[in-house]
Amino acid sequence: MTATWWLRDSWEMVKRNLIHIRRTPELLLDVTLSPIMFVLIFSLVMGGAIQIPGFEGYTNYLMAGIFVQTIAFAGVYTSVLLANDLKNGMIDRFRSLPMNQSSVLFGRTVTDLFRALLAVAIMWIVGMLVGFRPEGGVLANAAAIGLMLLFGFALSWVGIAAGALVRTPEALQGIIFAVVFPLTFVSSAFVRPADMPDWLGWFAERQPMSLVIDAVRDLTITGEPGPSFVPALLASVIPLVVFVPLGIWLYNRRTTQ
Amino acid sequence: MTMTSRPMIQAVGLHKSFGETHALRGLDLSVAEGTILSVLGPNGAGKTTAVRILTTLTRPDAGEATVAGIDVLRHPDQARRRIGVAGQYASLDEVLSGSENLRMLGRLYRLDARTARERADALIERFELTDAADRPVRTYSGGMRRRLDLAAALMSEPPVIFLDEPTTGLDPKGRLSMWDLIGQLAKGGTTILMTTQYLEEADRLADDIAVIDHGRVIARGTANELKRLVGGERLEVVIDNPRYLPEARRALEAISTASARVDEGAKRVSVPVASHEGVLTHAIRELDAAGVHVDDIGFRRPTLDEVFLTVTGRPAEEAPDPAEMTS
Repeated sequence: MTATWWLRDSWEMVKRNLIHIRRTPELLLDVTLSPIMFVLIFSLVMGGAIQIPGFEGYTNYLMAGIFVQTIAFAGVYTSVLLANDLKNGMIDRFRSLPMNQSSVLFGRTVTDLFRALLAVAIMWIVGMLVGFRPEGGVLANAAAIGLMLLFGFALSWVGIAAGALVRTPEALQGIIFAVVFPLTFVSSAFVRPADMPDWLGWFAERQPMSLVIDAVRDLTITGEPGPSFVPALLASVIPLVVFVPLGIWLYNRRTTQ
Repeated sequence: MTMTSRPMIQAVGLHKSFGETHALRGLDLSVAEGTILSVLGPNGAGKTTAVRILTTLTRPDAGEATVAGIDVLRHPDQARRRIGVAGQYASLDEVLSGSENLRMLGRLYRLDARTARERADALIERFELTDAADRPVRTYSGGMRRRLDLAAALMSEPPVIFLDEPTTGLDPKGRLSMWDLIGQLAKGGTTILMTTQYLEEADRLADDIAVIDHGRVIARGTANELKRLVGGERLEVVIDNPRYLPEARRALEAISTASARVDEGAKRVSVPVASHEGVLTHAIRELDAAGVHVDDIGFRRPTLDEVFLTVTGRPAEEAPDPAEMTS
């Protein structure tokens, strides 16, 4: 019974967020236009100059990196959207209702999962136009997409915790740029960590984003889970287990002071 | 205080601090069923904090609060089912249309889809928002927004509603229309707690008024009771030439037992009077004898502004105490 209400309230929140997207399509630019530009710029501009041993064409190496980078940004961007609601008083309205309070957060993160899915679909198509050949087979490709979305969902919950902690949406934008941007580059997204200075490469190879990127790359190109698959799964599930309760707790603390 | 039935809203000894700032220091409030309590006070007096506690949005450091018999601290969810909230404590979604907002709230109040839609439609019609029902709320005028706010508070047909400065920023026409709607609700049996900065609003709508300052209720009663606190009726004279204010003052003090109050800028002198009998003739004779030319003369009952001045020692519109800005 409680679970039914929870689902219903969460769905109402998703509906609200989807209406927002429909009325203000510019909210989707970060998951539509920017990934298209990233795919095109990296594949067409850098592609000629970067050779990755074992990969025919840079685009095949690149795509997993672009997918996960975009999803990571979309995931943590959840914090900005939550902070906006906290700022404009909408959260106080929800607080005054007899609804399931965590539904506000699930509605937010599930909507952002849709945003991530849209981003993947667009990048997939654009990528194929410029040389992406995901020949791993339907099942492996589906697993790759599932893994990316799981990772993005986990990062959305990191975003919820951040949004509940930080005062303003503007401050969050700054933090996201300062933290996530370097992490996406110090990874296996665009070049091999082996080609970086030793100490940097050591970190780049082992950080969660690289684990997910490597697993996605293996699944889409070769169709095999590869050695990074299980670590990648853990890199998604562990933050989820930590940040769902933590995010809810921080949000409750922030909104009941 | 007129307390005929059990209170529908009750706060006892509420304390709340934000860091060094004491927003509430032992606030008590109670509102009888079907009546309107108006909470008056300058910015930062603690009005908003008090209402946020009663509507489950903030937890007090100490004290108790019940709404419709439900302990809001122990059973916030049950309390939420019985209250409607409008105003700055809880905004509406700017991107959704008026009708989408109401239906969403209805669903979150756990109404089934059909009831939510029917109630939303009925409220939109009743509050004259039909033409704007499908437009995003951000396109609404101030008056339309307040009416939608009120409609939102009524979606669950709650026995108790909280209104936060329901007419702030409205033009006179919008204000009258809100007053009318609020009055109708109280007649229908809804218990209402409203905050306001407008003394006229409290005077007009409220059964009871609580004046709050520095986180405490400093005066409480009906508008008339509060006015009596300040003193009775006054005879007020406006003269044409401020040079004659001292003469006017002497003339009026001759007919009263108390000293006169002089407002130089308004060229006005007033004294308290015990009754009307013979007072006007007497006053005019005295003023005439003193050579004072009178522009206007008449009896005036005290305003709530004067009440506020008397109980707080400062005017209602004065800038808030900087140490009290948080609420």
